[in-house]
Amino acid sequence: MIPAAAVFAYLAVALAIGIFARRGSQQKDAEDYFLAGRSLGPAVFLLSLFGANMTAFSILGASGHAFGNGIVTYGLMASSSALVIPLSIFLIGTRLWALGKRHGFMTPVQMFRDRWECGHIGTVIFLVQAVLLVPYIVIAVMGGGTTLQAVSGGLVPFWLGGAVVSLVVTGYVCFGGMRGTAWVNAFQAVLFLMFGAVAVVTIGAGMGGFPRAMESMLASPATAPLLARERVSPLYFFSYTFIPLSTIAFPHIGIFCLTARRLSHFRKTIVLYPICMLAIWLPSVFLGVVANTATDVPAITLKIDARATLASEGPTLAPAERDRLRAQAGGDDVVLRLLEGYAPLWLASLLGAAVMAAVMASDTQILALSTMFTQDVFAYYEGTARFGPAMQVQTGRVFVIVLTLLAYLIALGAPQSIFDLATQYAFAGYAALSPLVAAAVFWKGSTKWGALATTVWTAAAVFAVALLQAVVPAPAPGAAIAVLTIGSLDLVSRAATGTTVLGFMPVVPMTIVSALLMVVISRWTAASRPSNITLAKYFPMARQQV
Amino acid sequence: MTAALLVAAIYALHQDFWFWREARPLVFGVLPIGLFYHAVYTLASSLLLWFLVSVWWPSHLEDAGHSPAAE
Repeated sequence: MIPAAAVFAYLAVALAIGIFARRGSQQKDAEDYFLAGRSLGPAVFLLSLFGANMTAFSILGASGHAFGNGIVTYGLMASSSALVIPLSIFLIGTRLWALGKRHGFMTPVQMFRDRWECGHIGTVIFLVQAVLLVPYIVIAVMGGGTTLQAVSGGLVPFWLGGAVVSLVVTGYVCFGGMRGTAWVNAFQAVLFLMFGAVAVVTIGAGMGGFPRAMESMLASPATAPLLARERVSPLYFFSYTFIPLSTIAFPHIGIFCLTARRLSHFRKTIVLYPICMLAIWLPSVFLGVVANTATDVPAITLKIDARATLASEGPTLAPAERDRLRAQAGGDDVVLRLLEGYAPLWLASLLGAAVMAAVMASDTQILALSTMFTQDVFAYYEGTARFGPAMQVQTGRVFVIVLTLLAYLIALGAPQSIFDLATQYAFAGYAALSPLVAAAVFWKGSTKWGALATTVWTAAAVFAVALLQAVVPAPAPGAAIAVLTIGSLDLVSRAATGTTVLGFMPVVPMTIVSALLMVVISRWTAASRPSNITLAKYFPMARQQV
Repeated sequence: MTAALLVAAIYALHQDFWFWREARPLVFGVLPIGLFYHAVYTLASSLLLWFLVSVWWPSHLEDAGHSPAAE
């Protein structure tokens, strides 16, 4: 059993950093609370942006997915993200920064309202962004509950672990604002960047070396496929390259882009982002894969046996038994089990704290939602004018508490694994919103009606996928249920891993249709284009094109 | 156009069908070739991004960010 003391110590340190980080600030207004006064230096900007984007699934979800699916996990999420995310920050994030600095925007919706000269359409965008962000926050609570339950050997139940994480995050977000959150994220990023190398070396030594483990996997028909990608469709693999488009559309990332002190601070972030991805994802995936040979860890053996039973008897099992075995085979805690089995006690404790650091990256999302609510709803509908700027900040704090409580209650009942939940709802939805952000900064011809069409489409598509997956139960691995067929063509299918559209993940058609709607509806409503004065703010005549 | 072509080329290289069914060789004795390829791909992405920020850095945005007047 890994002592939970180091994890609780980490939580206390994070809480202290977050609360006291804001005390040194000279400025105590809304811009300081929500945007750290647009003053983050290059190191904190890089580390906190990376830390904000790495969540429970980066360590727990990635290794859990790799445990069951093999090396494909790295190519699915990490290597594509390593290119697409910093590229989108380079192309769009820098422009968001410039626009925010120049015109005082504090949220993406403020910019959208100004850009397209719209009001209530901005509120619709806020609502969809907010609803899509909740699953992201739920992941963190689930990850916190899973981690604390694992590191305490079950002494801290899931519900209590999730509550502890929620309370700590709420504490430093409420009192520290963006400045506190950024410093905690930077601290977290350093911890879990160190985690990868240390974990691999330590666990490798404990297992007697990885070469032998790899050869044993290659020699077994049950595990050899995990070291290649023969079980994965190339279309499915390609589909995942659309998922990282979600990052620039995530409001917390958009808001984070506004916090840099200078444009040049983006340089290091853009160039080093792939290195940071490599440092955390490669070890996580590798350890998840090699965990299949850790048969001297009882908890892992149980998972392997459950998976084998599902593979051989899955279609004949009763649904309840199949669900029980699926839960048992779940790999979201596999890296914690490896630490438990092979790392010395003190090191395992520290590494458990690093895992907790990655898990708690919901702070930025919670703060972003608070910023969005106070700016896009409270201030926009004249709350600030009526009640004053101090009340605006207090409203933000109350919103943080209510939102975290809501996410906690959802986390108690959510059945899916961390990885599946993240990719299917939050990421796909935001990827489909990326044309909205791109059109705002790059296309003069976009209109508010194009923006509305994109937003409504995104909401409807996410809802449709969620409904389909709730109504049509997942088949056994390897099987697929045709949901919508045209002639002999299976247009929409339900597979064990989710829904496919012509073999692609839903994120592909969702994003393509979203972009098409932006173009078609904008052209159709060209008369609603913003005024030349507004357009000149976003497309100055002398601007160079990248 | 050059930048777009470079990015498109790197993006296309992500779909490495040539290592799809292969696990060997195990690079350094531990990394299946498909995993090693994507690790190198990640490093290549960093190099590409370094090249992009070096050659096409939008420095005009720094000025636009500070100036309140329209250009």
